[in-house]
Amino acid sequence: MDLFYLAISATFVNNILLAQYLGNCPFLGVSKRIETAAGMAAAIIFVTILSAVFTWAVLVYMLRPYGLEFLQTLTFILIIASLVQFVEIILKKKSKVLYDALGVYLALITTNCAVLGVVLLVARKELAFIEMLVFSSTSAVGYALALLLFAGHRERLQISAIPRSMQGTAIALVTAGIMSLAFIGFRGMAN
Amino acid sequence: MITPIVLLTSIGFVAAVILGIAGRLFYVDEDPRIEAVANLLPGANCGGCGQAGCNATAEAIVQRRLEVNVCVVGGTETAEAIGTLLGYDVTGSEPKLACSTCEGGYRAARKYHYSGLQDCRAALQLYHGFIRCENGCLGLGSCFKACKFSAIRMDNVSGLPVFDPDRCVGCGSCIEACPKGIISLVGEKTKILHWNQYTQCLSPCRQRCPAQINIPKYLAHARRGEYGAALMTIKDNNPLPVATGRVCPELCATECRRTINDDPLAINPVKRFVSDWERSSGKRIPVSVAADTGYKIAVVGGGPSGLSAAYYLRRLGHQVEIFEKMPKLGGMPRYGIPDYRLSDEQLDWDIEGILELGITAHTNVTLGKDFTIQFLRNNGFDAVYLAIGAWFGRMIPLEGKELTGIYSGIDYLRRFHTDEEIIQGKRFVVIGAGNVAMDCARSALRAGASSVLLIFRFSRDLMEANAHEITDAENEGVIMRCLVSPVRFIGENGRLTGIEVQEVTLRHSPTGGLPEVIPVEGSNEIVDCDVVIQAVGQAADLNDIIAADGLAKTRYSTIDADEDTLQTSLPGVFAGGDCYSGPRLMVEAIAAGRYAARSIHYYVTTGAIPPIEYRQREMMAPAMIDSLVNVIPTPTSAIKPVIPVEDRMGTFREVEGTITEQQCQQEANRCLNCGIYCYDQDDLPRDQTRIARSCPNEPHIVEKEEMALPN
Repeated sequence: MDLFYLAISATFVNNILLAQYLGNCPFLGVSKRIETAAGMAAAIIFVTILSAVFTWAVLVYMLRPYGLEFLQTLTFILIIASLVQFVEIILKKKSKVLYDALGVYLALITTNCAVLGVVLLVARKELAFIEMLVFSSTSAVGYALALLLFAGHRERLQISAIPRSMQGTAIALVTAGIMSLAFIGFRGMAN
Repeated sequence: MITPIVLLTSIGFVAAVILGIAGRLFYVDEDPRIEAVANLLPGANCGGCGQAGCNATAEAIVQRRLEVNVCVVGGTETAEAIGTLLGYDVTGSEPKLACSTCEGGYRAARKYHYSGLQDCRAALQLYHGFIRCENGCLGLGSCFKACKFSAIRMDNVSGLPVFDPDRCVGCGSCIEACPKGIISLVGEKTKILHWNQYTQCLSPCRQRCPAQINIPKYLAHARRGEYGAALMTIKDNNPLPVATGRVCPELCATECRRTINDDPLAINPVKRFVSDWERSSGKRIPVSVAADTGYKIAVVGGGPSGLSAAYYLRRLGHQVEIFEKMPKLGGMPRYGIPDYRLSDEQLDWDIEGILELGITAHTNVTLGKDFTIQFLRNNGFDAVYLAIGAWFGRMIPLEGKELTGIYSGIDYLRRFHTDEEIIQGKRFVVIGAGNVAMDCARSALRAGASSVLLIFRFSRDLMEANAHEITDAENEGVIMRCLVSPVRFIGENGRLTGIEVQEVTLRHSPTGGLPEVIPVEGSNEIVDCDVVIQAVGQAADLNDIIAADGLAKTRYSTIDADEDTLQTSLPGVFAGGDCYSGPRLMVEAIAAGRYAARSIHYYVTTGAIPPIEYRQREMMAPAMIDSLVNVIPTPTSAIKPVIPVEDRMGTFREVEGTITEQQCQQEANRCLNCGIYCYDQDDLPRDQTRIARSCPNEPHIVEKEEMALPN
């Protein structure tokens, strides 16, 4: 049951994007169309889970035993960047279609603070392996959910009558704020 | 202090080693030009080119999947820099520009009246956008709002978008915004590779034209005096406008809506005028050629189909070589059409325009004898197009067929254009009633025959020749006897002296098709003659090719090829024109050439030939509007000048002349600018209500409401 709560919490209550405000840059950058948002969402889910596994292992078996937790931010950035590069190298060779489909988003994940945020939260919460897996995957799903919902909104916004001064990024930020308020409504359902 | 340093260094080292090993193991040998091109691109990753980012675009450019001018941000300078790097000449490349296929006219009045969000997509989602014209513009200006370069304005009168080519960068934003799909990015390649679809709003004439020329568009240019633009519109689908302007039977005119209560538009004379306008200027309008793709294509046969395929393949960026068995290019139009209809000089103008694009031609070489398909493959040709025509004249196997003085129509006409001796005679009998038969009969009179009798075993209404060809032949003195069938040839000392003929009657065939021929007993008679020309059909001579390369043929002695791709039984070998379809019109051979070019282009560049969805093959039923309202009958004034009959004999001087500029513009003004469902009635007085009947989308054309007018 705890795992269920953990999943609900990560997906909705403490949504990494709309409740914790991490990863806003790609959230605004690639949410103009549902297609691109879906590509980004898939890439984020994949890299977040992979990063969480590796960083958890490094934290548990290397940093903590030697009392080096203060190095975790630096270490995690290094690991995430390396992982993204590693994934990019393999994809380019083994799945050119997927590599082309992800395109520039693959590189953008390196600078996506939502991924770093998730692994840092895993470290802060001192989660066990299974909990880490549930938390990281549902956090990423929460991110994907918010991204896709927002992309849907933006597609509708494109065909709506909006005052010229509010068009574009302005109305997108207002909408993101309202969506964030909606997710705040989940507060109290789980910690 | 040491521990963290060691740890971080170790992690960094391990990561570097792993990445290094991965880089080694999963190394992708990348063309260094990709990085160089990527460096030339602005790096905006805007996606305006449709790619995932600038690196993907660079790769596509190097692999020639995209044009060098694809970057909407970089502009001309970037395109030229990339072209210089890759060794492409980009001066001739035409950028893709947005345009709408709906040209307005009557549709202009059908602006969507919708009180909700002023957006086409919203209108479409709520009410499916159905107004009165399924393919028409909704006119709410989503494309106008989507354009970031101010390249679109909404015309106040028509309510339709107007595109500014100087501002359009081809980013495609308007296409994404248009829910009805009537805006498209059009570049030269798009035009060449496109084929009419049922989903398009095509005027009846455009549907009927085998070459699918955008007739309303070139007529619109012609009436504005933009003859160059009109000609280029024709050349988008037909590289032989001078020749077809003289010999095309104008199938388009048979579908012209003007025929409902008026004369059909003289479409071909307008085409002839604009093509002669260029020819008489002596200066050819430049045609764009895409960047070199590196692929080599062999075109076997220098007739209309081969020339057409070569022209479009070259414009798509391929290297093309033509192999022709005759001494000169031109095929049957050169060797089968008499000078009084189409002269060598006129045909040469078209052919030179094609060869000037950079096409090599080898003449006096015959496939199957001098070279083989395998030879072409061994010499680096990536694909072969067979357009060898139908040069074998069929003969009726009657008694006496071995007598001297019996020739096929092809054999007879060919000799006027070669060093071979011209067939002379006094009394000619021509068997057949197609255009070749008329050409033979009229040529015989010019060559000195005292009498020419044309016999045809069906009724006059079943004659295949163009109506005006039949009339001209009769005016010149050809005697025609229908419902007469040849029985046997008669001769003395091996020389033809006459032909026995028999009258026949026709009986309706229960299986459809041509009627049955019933001989009339006792009606036989002998017609004295010294030459018989049999213009009863043509076939391709495939025996040598089949023996050399094993090409499959049909039971009609034509090359067997896939209907949708024109690919033969040999991979990479395509066939089209008369050798595939049997003898057809010149304009159909031209169309086959462009269709083959499409297939070959996809075959060599992608390895697969995509099918054409909803390909328009038959006339669309909604095109059948059977009444025109408020269209004032205006008889055509585009009557071509003809030389007197007495001036025609003894000479092969051109019979028909070209219409004048004034006639051209008057005729182009008669165009109703039709779409499938509608036509232009813009010149109506404002106080008249417009109604067109028999439209399948009723209620549809009730516009310019009287209530809108001040009383």
